[in-house]
Amino acid sequence: MPNVSLFSALAAAPAAQVSILINDRSFSVPNYMTVAAALLSVGVTQLRETPVSNAPRAPFCMMGACFECLVEIDSVPNQQACMTLVQPGMTIRSMIGARSLK
Amino acid sequence: MKNDYDYVVVGGGLVGMAIAYGLAKRGVSTLVLDGEDSSVRAARGNFGLVWVSSKGSRQIDYARWSLESSQLWPGFCQELEDASGMKLGYEKPGGIMIAMNEESLASSAAALEKLHAQDSRLSYEVLDHRQLKQRIPAVGPDVTGAVYSPHDGHVSPLYTLRGLFAAFEHAGGVYRSDARVDLIVPRDGGFRLTAGRQTFDAGKVVLCAGLGNRVLAPMVGLRAPVVPLRGQILVTERVKRFLDYPTLSVRQTAEGSLLLGDSAEDVDMDDGVTPGIIAHIAQKAIAPFPLLKNVRVVRAWGSLRIMTPDSMPVYEESLAHPGAFVALCHSGVTLAAAHCEKLVPWLMGAPRPSLLEYFYAKRFAV
Repeated sequence: MPNVSLFSALAAAPAAQVSILINDRSFSVPNYMTVAAALLSVGVTQLRETPVSNAPRAPFCMMGACFECLVEIDSVPNQQACMTLVQPGMTIRSMIGARSLK
Repeated sequence: MKNDYDYVVVGGGLVGMAIAYGLAKRGVSTLVLDGEDSSVRAARGNFGLVWVSSKGSRQIDYARWSLESSQLWPGFCQELEDASGMKLGYEKPGGIMIAMNEESLASSAAALEKLHAQDSRLSYEVLDHRQLKQRIPAVGPDVTGAVYSPHDGHVSPLYTLRGLFAAFEHAGGVYRSDARVDLIVPRDGGFRLTAGRQTFDAGKVVLCAGLGNRVLAPMVGLRAPVVPLRGQILVTERVKRFLDYPTLSVRQTAEGSLLLGDSAEDVDMDDGVTPGIIAHIAQKAIAPFPLLKNVRVVRAWGSLRIMTPDSMPVYEESLAHPGAFVALCHSGVTLAAAHCEKLVPWLMGAPRPSLLEYFYAKRFAV
């Protein structure tokens, strides 16, 4: 199955755009989006690698239950992308494996 | 449909399934009658320690029985992994009992020395802060030291239960869920069990229903002196491996999650969670391991443990109705291997293991 996002934005009323960084690339997305929606809308379909099997993972439930959409947001690891709204200047990184402890 | 079995095991938790698997693999026809998903289930809220070192202070045979099980665990685990094709996450690196002050270190060491004096196999080491730091570099500056015991280990209790189901079915056992036993009637030298509208006949019956044994045991002339004791557990996000040894209140699973626990409350049948206890468990984990302070907790649950008045097991055959047995204990994970390998032969007619002489319910008689 091709790894292509099946999500597309509704033709909604124009919203203010915010600029976010995803793995060092800059994107502009509507300000009402969750991080997971933003990632899917710009075509990022692999958000992390699971620390158990290293398999690639993407958002699944989009409602906070499955923990498949974990990403690093503003240097805080294992954030649920589907439960977090985008903010101007947000820096998002893939979660590759388990987080380390400092 | 054939409803006639050599043995019916009542209860499909860790105690019941370890015994049922032990029966089935020895070739006797075995049926497990289990309750609903919503039944009170200690086996699904377990912390997952295979633990020897803090047991038996009142009766050394409890320590020896736990030790025997800990020695059987590697082979037992291998059998379950072979039957299920799963890894159970079992490790036996030895266990650590953290001490946050000199007094607690001294009392832990004294307790283990008392056991060691009675049985030299129950060995232990006292570690000062520096020695502990060599084993666990993540311990914080406030930790005084620890007692290390080589017999302790840990395992995923849920994978253990799944492994037992797989091994039991592989060995020809029959499992029925949603079959909570309401009535047991001794008849014709055997037993008739009623679960809802179904009836089952068996030559022998083994009660492994945890707190449910309180109602069932008197039906066959047995006693089950148990009360619920709630334990709350927190589980965190997965983090890189930093803790190579299980402790009584913090352990890191094979997948990287941390389990935090070791609370005990008498709250009757309430298996909920409370903010006060959750906060206390978190503080108790952060004190020895300060690097946990920013780790995210993803779930918390409460579970009702099975507690006898002295926290030690009861294994008993009914005098009034021979062929009816009760098996109950607090440490269903630790003792699973001993139940499968040492208790089951007794249930099948072999002499009772001499280690179990103390573990009759009559010891609680006033």
